[in-house]
Amino acid sequence: MQRRNFVKGIAAAAAVTAVSLIPGRYALAADTIKVGILHSLSGTMAISETVLKDVTLMAIDEINAKGGVLGKKLEAVVVDPASNWPLFAEKARQLLTQDKVAVVFGCWTSVSRKSVLPVFEELNGLLFYPVQYEGEELSKNVFYTGAAPNQQAIPAVEYLMSKEGGGAKRWVLLGTDYVYPRTTNKILRAFLIKKGVKESDIDEKYTPFGHSDYQTIVADIKKFAAGGKTAVVSTINGDSNVPFYKELGNAGLKATDVPVVAFSVGEEELRGVDTKPLVGHLAAWNYFMSIKDPANSEFEKKWAAYAKAKKLPGADKPLTNDPMEAAYIGINMWKQAVEKAKSAEVDKVITAMAGQTFKAPSGITSKMDEKNHHLHKAVFIGEVQANGQFNVVWKTKGPIKAQPWSPFIAGNDKKKDEPEKKGS
Amino acid sequence: MGPLAAGIGRLYGRRGWSVLAACAAILFLLFPLANLVLPKGSLFYISDYTIALTGKIMCYAIVAVAMDLIWGYTGILSLGHGLFFALGGYAMGMYLMRMIGREGQYQSELPDFMVFLDWKAYPWYWSFTDQFWYAALLVVLVPGVLAFVFGFFAFRSRIKGVYFSIITQALTFAFMLLFFRNDTGFGGNNGFTDFKRILGLPIATSETRMALFMLSGAVLIATLLAARFIVASKFGRVLTAIRDAESRVMFSGYNPVHYKLAIWTLSAVICGIAGALYVPQVGIINPSEMSPANSIEIAIWVAVGGRGSLVGAILGAGIVNFAKSWFTVAFPEYWLFFLGLLFILVTLYLPRGVVGAFDQVRRRWRERRPVPAARRSAA
Amino acid sequence: MRTLRSLLILLVLALLAAPASAVAPALIEKLALGEYDDKIAALNELLGSGDESALDFLQALHDGSVQVAGGKQVLIVKDNAGIDAASGKSLSPLPPEREDVMVNNRLRRELASAIAGLRLASSKRDTRLAAAKALQNGADEEMLPLVSRALAKESDPDIKNLLTLLAATMQLQSKDAATRLAAAKALASSSNPNTKALLLAVLEKKGDAYAEPDAAVRAEAQSSLKALESRLSTGDRFGQLFTGASLGSILLLAALGLAITYGLMGVINMAHGELIMVGAYSTYVVQNLFRAQAPDLFDWYLAAAVPAAFATAALVGMALERSVIRFLYGRPLETLLATWGISLILIQAARTLFGAQNVQVENPVWMSGGITILSNIVLPYNRIVIIVFAFAVLLAVWLLLTRTRLGLFVRAVTQNRAMASCVGVPTARVDTWAFGLGSGIAGLAGCALSQIGNVGPDLGQSYIVDSFMVVVLGGVGQLAGTVYAALGLGMANKFLEGLSGAVLAKIAILAFIIVFIQKRPQGLFALKGRMAEG
Repeated sequence: MQRRNFVKGIAAAAAVTAVSLIPGRYALAADTIKVGILHSLSGTMAISETVLKDVTLMAIDEINAKGGVLGKKLEAVVVDPASNWPLFAEKARQLLTQDKVAVVFGCWTSVSRKSVLPVFEELNGLLFYPVQYEGEELSKNVFYTGAAPNQQAIPAVEYLMSKEGGGAKRWVLLGTDYVYPRTTNKILRAFLIKKGVKESDIDEKYTPFGHSDYQTIVADIKKFAAGGKTAVVSTINGDSNVPFYKELGNAGLKATDVPVVAFSVGEEELRGVDTKPLVGHLAAWNYFMSIKDPANSEFEKKWAAYAKAKKLPGADKPLTNDPMEAAYIGINMWKQAVEKAKSAEVDKVITAMAGQTFKAPSGITSKMDEKNHHLHKAVFIGEVQANGQFNVVWKTKGPIKAQPWSPFIAGNDKKKDEPEKKGS
Repeated sequence: MGPLAAGIGRLYGRRGWSVLAACAAILFLLFPLANLVLPKGSLFYISDYTIALTGKIMCYAIVAVAMDLIWGYTGILSLGHGLFFALGGYAMGMYLMRMIGREGQYQSELPDFMVFLDWKAYPWYWSFTDQFWYAALLVVLVPGVLAFVFGFFAFRSRIKGVYFSIITQALTFAFMLLFFRNDTGFGGNNGFTDFKRILGLPIATSETRMALFMLSGAVLIATLLAARFIVASKFGRVLTAIRDAESRVMFSGYNPVHYKLAIWTLSAVICGIAGALYVPQVGIINPSEMSPANSIEIAIWVAVGGRGSLVGAILGAGIVNFAKSWFTVAFPEYWLFFLGLLFILVTLYLPRGVVGAFDQVRRRWRERRPVPAARRSAA
Repeated sequence: MRTLRSLLILLVLALLAAPASAVAPALIEKLALGEYDDKIAALNELLGSGDESALDFLQALHDGSVQVAGGKQVLIVKDNAGIDAASGKSLSPLPPEREDVMVNNRLRRELASAIAGLRLASSKRDTRLAAAKALQNGADEEMLPLVSRALAKESDPDIKNLLTLLAATMQLQSKDAATRLAAAKALASSSNPNTKALLLAVLEKKGDAYAEPDAAVRAEAQSSLKALESRLSTGDRFGQLFTGASLGSILLLAALGLAITYGLMGVINMAHGELIMVGAYSTYVVQNLFRAQAPDLFDWYLAAAVPAAFATAALVGMALERSVIRFLYGRPLETLLATWGISLILIQAARTLFGAQNVQVENPVWMSGGITILSNIVLPYNRIVIIVFAFAVLLAVWLLLTRTRLGLFVRAVTQNRAMASCVGVPTARVDTWAFGLGSGIAGLAGCALSQIGNVGPDLGQSYIVDSFMVVVLGGVGQLAGTVYAALGLGMANKFLEGLSGAVLAKIAILAFIIVFIQKRPQGLFALKGRMAEG
């Protein structure tokens, strides 16, 4: 009896020791390059982020069809952080440590980006962030393919001030209560005051995420507008835009009286709205689906075919928008950088990304700045048309360089135009 | 010391203690070895990610035990317990934000979110939060005092059952809205994130993580023992009596309000402590922790594991959260279906949870065993 | 130089031409093909001449139906039929290579006022009235001769008043002090918020000197301003009442069904919000059916959507009751959890069936826009319709509960289930029917909500807490409780929102309810007796 137990014990110990020496899956050689996709597929942000996952997958298919990168195929690892910010950080950590991805394409809201940033900096990962944002950030581990405020917000306000844009004298800065609108409005307020607008002619208002009753706010805008030609700068995010525009339309606030320029409303967000009362309201982006350019037609055709083939929801009316274009540019530039560096290692790719160019669907040649991790982008201002598309009424002559540290915020003159060397 | 140790010793039988010892061994010996000592390539290596995940789930398990105390044993269904968890987390978060010092994005004394709001100084409720002992005090006091005040008025008015659950929902919803406001001074939608240090140690190293992990494990075991002590005592008997027939308890001369208030406040404090352990491990706290949905999920952990069984609560928290982690990777579109179905099936068919079902199976198996001949002849 | 030449040409043409059937080709070319500044210059010319024949073209340009073929020919295109703008001749077939003429806000604004200005000379009274009203939103000084001309010819008193006010706003800037005085005096009868800005500008102080040198004019402006402001604030208060009533009616619709099922079965149905969502999605499906099969009747799709929403939600509710809820009878806390599970399943099912994105539900034409009261308050039609609808539903439910057999049974079971069962009421079936009724009303709420907000899988989540608050506050004794609670909460919420913003208002309301429940746990209208014991 005792000997049997003894033998059993020895055998168990031997087995455990032997097994613990077997190399785990981390040591397996890889014949694919893993690419992480970190976008919400459920929750409040699913509405905007699901198409980014799909367009990135489309780009991966395209790249694989042409032979992959450095001879290896790309393998997508898709996770769903479900619009939950702590889960974003957890999934980012999972992608970097468990799945060992070479790069992550993800995030939409600034909250999600800020919650994954420490993870990427700690683990020296690489994130491509495709959405317009408030700036005031510059990390060595992130490449920002969306617009900084000087590539979207400031040109829009300048347009509205001009005679062509309506010559606005009073401003309502209306946003959802989180970091992007707060910071953008801080920059815009400083900009407006510098241009001579009085404090009493600026009205800043915030509503929570998911707010749907805009009656009081629209009434306030009307009252404010009685004091002079008013323009509304809207940084309302997500599906709150629909009830806002509906209320605007029904209250009879036409774009010819009080134009509203939005920074988070694109073709996708207008999908759920009756756009007839909104004709004339504006959006500022670096890309519109209605831009007439061969590169754009090709992009739209590819997307329509992909959406139909994969039976994506909304494939009967395929729409492309600015963050999709930015995601597409991002993954293509990453591929080019890997090929230039001849390696998918993060530090080498970061160096090789400097100065990368790519013929973007918006018609310009996008360039990744040599130092500040942001793209040079052209700005387009479009008016909503009855069919839900945008008519470009103004654009910059060429791409503008990004200023992630806005000159309108105190103390930014001391900031360098490149990531701080963090000694970790 | 003697009678206390004996009292603790009586909490579990020999089998219970050996299982507890085995779990403690796994937590305090196996995990640290497998994470800190074994090389990364080995098969038994446990990654930082798993450590963080398990630590987080252990914090949830502490909350589940707290919830079990008030729901499983006292019959109070709170659908707002996530609030106390989050408040404890925010208190710890305030300390951690202070510890960032000038290393934030703006290199300022103040946290980043105060800088972009253009605030020039800390509001009064942030004073002293750079001292760890004060933050620890807040972790215990804030959820405790809030729970006490709310409970005092609620139990005194004899609000029970569904109405009570609904107003706990209202409470957590109101606080969530309050904390989502940037002007409230708690980071708004961003919450607190980007922590650098805790008690002087860098927060992002494997060693610190392991220390927090082991601390969470220790607190979980301590909570379990404390809960067991309460439940097995006379106090616990009165609680169960309140759950089963409150009017009768009142007529027998006990004042249920005192008992309910006591266990309610204790439960809230335990949740606060769990929240304080959760935040440094997860690295972020934000108002969505106070969402009504989160609090309702706490109830399902206890329901799945088994109400009226402390170990069941821990099991339930573990099962549901591991399932969630797995599902959101493997079948993200089906996670909510699974969770919803779990709610329905558990309430319909498993009123005593997994532990209860296990007990039932065991009893039936024991009944089927043939009675030994000697006994039969004696009966 | 070129402008002058065109002007001359125009004058000549205007003098020579009899009632013209088309506008001068040169102007049309400028309006369609020129730069924005040229377009506006051409527009001002047309205005100066008061040439009415341009109206068709200008309206087409405003609506975006002007296209240019081959870079030269300017066409007005409507329903695949084209007319050459210059000659007035119709063109078929339409040339294939056509480009839209893009109009921006500034041009659209100028076009709108130009069209209104030209319409002032119309022979139809209604057209003139509409034009005069449209110009109230702000007309430039260039309009003054046009307006004066129209005023001189006008006989209708309403239009005359509007035009006088309009002229007065423009004359405030006149060089002659007497004109300014008369204008300031005339503006006392205005109720246009835009006038307020003008009067304020008159009273503005730049350093030490006033913008307006004449003291009498300033005094007149001051008194006019006071009159205007009191009129505007009455309008504001009325507007606030309306928004409160609107929110109250929505809360009423959302909470009514919940009150019925809770009163009956003591079950708080956490899936109530999702039943609202089911109603909203059925409206969407009906809308699509109409769009595909009967596009002419599209504006009446609501007539089919309302019963469809009720039926679908009621069926779903009854299915839930039969399959899950009835087995949890007597265990309210478990029912809460089980129904929460159902709500998760319903949300994910909606996401799987319809996609995670919001879907578009269009308001029918008769629900878009609003009626203008007091010139500063616009009451949107869709909200008016919803208020009326909510009360209609309330009336129907009240009739059902008091005049029908089912209603009698429901009330009996609510008051004393055991006794009702002893007397022969089939309680199980009454449960099912009542649950169906409550769910159906939720479906109707969803149909209403689809007209004013988003329709997406998360629609229900935003209304569930509010519905609970209404039920808890109102108590389940009578329908009146729900009505008072809903309207009261709506008004209070909107009133507080005006003072401290939406979020704090909501928090205050929640805090109030939490405190109120301590004082009166059974709500406003409670059942008497021992029902209150949980």
